[in-house]
Amino acid sequence: MGQTLSVRQLEAWYGSNKTLKGINMEVASNHVTAIIGPSGCGKSTFVRCINRMHETMPGTKVKGEIVLDGESIYDQDPVALRKMVGMVFQKPNPFPSMSIYENVVAGVRLNGMRNKQNLQGIAEKSLRMAALWDEVKDRLNYSGMSLSGGQQQRLCIARALAVEPSVLLMDEPASALDPIATTHIEELVRQLKEDYTILIVTHNMQQAARIADSTAFFLNGELVEHGATSEIFTNPNDKRTEDYITGRFG
Amino acid sequence: MNDYFRKYKNLMMLTVFIGATIIALIPLFGVLGYVVKNGLSALNLQFFVNLPKAMGLPGGGMANAIAGTLIMVLIASALGIPIGILAAIYLTEYDRHSWLSTAVRFATDVLTGIPSIIVGIVIYTAVVLRMGNFSALAGGLSLAVIMIPLIIRSTEEMLKLVSHSIREAGFALGISKAKTILKIVLPTAAKGIITGAMLAVARVAGETAPLLFTALGNQYWSRSLNEPTASLPVQIFQYATSPYKEWHQLAWAGSLVLILMVITLNLVARYAFRSRSI
Ligand SMILES: Nc1ncnc2c1ncn2[C@@H]1O[C@H](COP(=O)(O)OP(=O)(O)OP(=O)(O)O)[C@@H](O)[C@H]1O
Ligand SMILES: [Mg+2]
Repeated sequence: MGQTLSVRQLEAWYGSNKTLKGINMEVASNHVTAIIGPSGCGKSTFVRCINRMHETMPGTKVKGEIVLDGESIYDQDPVALRKMVGMVFQKPNPFPSMSIYENVVAGVRLNGMRNKQNLQGIAEKSLRMAALWDEVKDRLNYSGMSLSGGQQQRLCIARALAVEPSVLLMDEPASALDPIATTHIEELVRQLKEDYTILIVTHNMQQAARIADSTAFFLNGELVEHGATSEIFTNPNDKRTEDYITGRFG
Repeated sequence: MNDYFRKYKNLMMLTVFIGATIIALIPLFGVLGYVVKNGLSALNLQFFVNLPKAMGLPGGGMANAIAGTLIMVLIASALGIPIGILAAIYLTEYDRHSWLSTAVRFATDVLTGIPSIIVGIVIYTAVVLRMGNFSALAGGLSLAVIMIPLIIRSTEEMLKLVSHSIREAGFALGISKAKTILKIVLPTAAKGIITGAMLAVARVAGETAPLLFTALGNQYWSRSLNEPTASLPVQIFQYATSPYKEWHQLAWAGSLVLILMVITLNLVARYAFRSRSI
């Protein structure tokens, strides 16, 4: 089951550079929420705050509140939190020392699951969900690095799904993919929202329009507008949103 | 005219480069060739199984020195490799920018450049004098002291090559930092770390000066780690500086064996464990 997220007055810094300037946002459970905005506006920083990845970098700072299903994420152990809030990164990053199979089950296995049958079941299920199973089922022992970029990205998606989080953060998961793989992933995202709350960063307006229930437009570290995708794309409240969507800047 | 001059200048420079390379290679191959030529004739089975014989008698060997070198290198590795790797993990993964790591990094740089005889004197004063005798333990310890900064440095370099995104991927799966480092980062850098460790082992295997002060040497088998212990480099030194022709021969054979050991370690480190990609 997905979980609701509510973000209150979130501010984030890299050194003295304030990247998020007070974000307030409600994310509905079992929804796909797209985050759009020009490069450098803070989309990645925003999603990285939600699984407390931002603060792992030296010199960074966060202020504000993020509440996940009624509990502040800052009251939770970050390691435990990240089992609930999974993440797929902009660039595929499979573990180079591990096989395809080991990559997929890394999260559960390194957290203590030993039963081989369970692990194999999880691997197959996750790879199927990520639409990669048919391509790799005969070479699960090959290195994860032996896959193409698009396959690696789907491997990373499978790896995130294997942990069974309730929230999934996807930072431009399709930016390195061809149209076919992109379609796979979009299809996957639509299916996943049955079980997950999904935040997806994208530069692709059509993609946001296709898969997202609601869309948030970021600009210069601020949340300009957040609403139903159909509203944002056809009838935005803010002039800046309209300008960005119609391609007048950004 | 100009064109001709440029070609001429090119040719001149090329000749200078080639000349310098040849001059650099002469001593290199000279040393190798000389050791092989002199060592090969003295090398036989007896060399590997016999103890040194009394002055001037034929048929002596360096079995005890070979064993002593292996034992002391083993002691040094058992101490130096884990300590070096663990310290490097701390410095890169936990504390990359603090004053402590800067200080440790500076110290390892200094220590890497310190003449090994100084390490020998320090261990002599701190350990040998206190324990009351020369020993394989003190010898191994002095080699470990030389090894640790080398291993810290090479391990650090290898860990730094592992992309930060790999660590983040581990954290993002809810894997703790310690597990991410042990099960994901270390295996990714393993080949490079092993290569660095083997090169460090090869480097200390031929050290002579620190062993003179710590293990001293022995004409017989040592019965424990707490006795003076023979080693190839020290034995070579003693035999080569003796007045006996048979001993000179043995010194050459010992040199050949030592060179072969070091070359083997280097080759294995460079080729068997060469990392393909990180
Ligand atoms: N590691 C970092 N160190 C310092 N500043 C950073 C770092 N990462 C991002 N920033 C800055 O923070 C701001 C927001 O970056 P962020 O990565 O969140 O943008 P983004 O919206 O994801 O952009 P893109 O669409 O290009 O991925 C940018 O101005 C960027 O320069
Ligand atoms: Mg980004």
